Amino acid sequence: MSARERRRPVKDLDRPVGRPPWILLLPALAGLAFLVLPLAGLLVRAPWSTLGTRLMQDQVLDALRLSLVTATLATFLCLLLGVPLAWTLARVPFPGVRLVRALVTVPLVLPPVVGGVALLLVLGRRGLVGAWLDGTFGITFPFTTAGVVLAEAFVAMPFLVISVEGALRAADPRYEEAAATLGAGRWTVFRRVTVPLVAPGIAAGAVLCWARALGEFGATITFAGNFPGRTQTMPLAVYLALETDPQAAIVLSLVLLAVSVVVLAALRDRWLNPT
Amino acid sequence: MTSGANQGVRGLDARLVVRRGAFDLDLALTAGPGEVVALLGPNGAGKSTALRALAGLVMMAGGHIRLDGEDLRPLSPERRGIGMVFQDYLLFPHLSALENVAFGPRSQGAGRREARRRAAEWLDRVGLAEFASARPRALSGGQAQRVALARALAVEPGLLLLDEPLAALDVHTRMEIRAALRRHLTGFPGAAVLVTHDPLDAMVLADRIVVVENGRLVQDGTPADVARRPRTDYVARLVGLNLYRGRAEAGTVTLGDAATGPTWTLDTADSLEGEVFLAFAPSSVALYRTRPDGSPRNLWRARVDAVERHGDRVRIRLSGPPFDAVAEVTPAAVAELELSEGRAVWAAVKATETHVYPA
Repeated sequence: MSARERRRPVKDLDRPVGRPPWILLLPALAGLAFLVLPLAGLLVRAPWSTLGTRLMQDQVLDALRLSLVTATLATFLCLLLGVPLAWTLARVPFPGVRLVRALVTVPLVLPPVVGGVALLLVLGRRGLVGAWLDGTFGITFPFTTAGVVLAEAFVAMPFLVISVEGALRAADPRYEEAAATLGAGRWTVFRRVTVPLVAPGIAAGAVLCWARALGEFGATITFAGNFPGRTQTMPLAVYLALETDPQAAIVLSLVLLAVSVVVLAALRDRWLNPT
Repeated sequence: MTSGANQGVRGLDARLVVRRGAFDLDLALTAGPGEVVALLGPNGAGKSTALRALAGLVMMAGGHIRLDGEDLRPLSPERRGIGMVFQDYLLFPHLSALENVAFGPRSQGAGRREARRRAAEWLDRVGLAEFASARPRALSGGQAQRVALARALAVEPGLLLLDEPLAALDVHTRMEIRAALRRHLTGFPGAAVLVTHDPLDAMVLADRIVVVENGRLVQDGTPADVARRPRTDYVARLVGLNLYRGRAEAGTVTLGDAATGPTWTLDTADSLEGEVFLAFAPSSVALYRTRPDGSPRNLWRARVDAVERHGDRVRIRLSGPPFDAVAEVTPAAVAELELSEGRAVWAAVKATETHVYPA
């Protein structure tokens, strides 16, 4: 063994010595197959010859358009609320900051269906806030496109907050001090120094947030229902199509898979090369 | 001292009290218009904390800051009308050199065009007009320092703060930038406070030096005065003098306290009485292998602790009893006297080479 070691090229010096044990390698390969094979199956079974016409069906296009619009609106909503929330968590020392951070991440681990139920209880027509909104302004969210946006934002916002807060913590706060000595107020500092410094973190968080919103199913179907053209997003359409037209379900799934791959490519520098 | 009496005072008048756990800073500081005051002290003495307190970046536990009679202490940093150059410059990485300099005027309410015009003017003044569109990461250390200076001056501050402005530069650039910085400081009409741990920077750039140790002022004077009459071991080491404290009486100075240990008397050429400092330069210490004839009066037996090169001279650290001292001799003398660690030598200082001043 030691003779082998000495013959190793220099670049391999910090690799673990010897062959990896099969007891680890086999489950590793099985795990990889488990993750990749279903996606490969999707590609194999896809009706490639009729793909174009199927994609152009009104129902597919409606669902795709609605998904893109709602996910984008949800992302904007998350940016509007999530970036200030992340800034507060990162920069303002207040008692209970850990508790607040834990609360913010609850939607990450909460089953989305539960999120949908919770949204119904608060913003439903008879909900705590919803009844007042309906009575005072005539605004109702359940079973509307706006409801879809709310459901998606609820589930996706933690991704943005965590990403932006991490970026803010990593940024050097002395740049903000330098800006203050130059006469910039807190808002100017935030706008002209803080945000540009953490822009990559905000962008990554927004992409992540958007991808999560695009794939949202449980909270959406619970809170907003499944009305084609109004609340039926791509994941809902996939689920519905699976019972009536499996080929269409595959096509819709392919579209979502393609979007995921694009997102992964957009974030590759952040995730695949963690240096 | 009432606040009313200070209303009309021009320049900076401050007492900075900052407490942070075990560290405690209490420093009175003044700087007239056009005056450059250097805060000189070892690392951790509280110099940077004092500067940050002036800028409003740390909370003060007490004291006051008045600039041209105006009370700055209740104001947040952005409203103090100060300019600050940070040790590592902190140029905004996402803005060009021009936009960095324009940031201050913009924040003060100037329009975009006006701010850029003023920024361009300042960049020109520090000799970097052609680097206006460069990003900070494309600038060399010296260029970044000049942009940082232009950025601080572009807000036309009443008080300019510089935190170790030359520390991040290599030796060669440092000389060049030091000279340039001196020109800009001379032209600056307001008060300026400079933090440094380099005595040379302080001597060259400052009109007055305030020495800070452990959060307290230990000496305050012109560079020449501080260099000639150090009042602590730290300053004495910085300016390269042997420094002792003792009691003067009829032309002799007694070192040590008879109650706690042995004492030693040195003859001097001064006629002060009472508590004094006694200083002499390492080069005025003469070393002998054997007891010299016609012995000079200030003669003592010392042990060589260390032999160190110092430019084209050699520094010999001598330890007592009776006291420690540093001597400076030529390399030839080292060979001749066979000076090496642990060797015993005779050391002498002429009375006329000593300098005595009140403690």
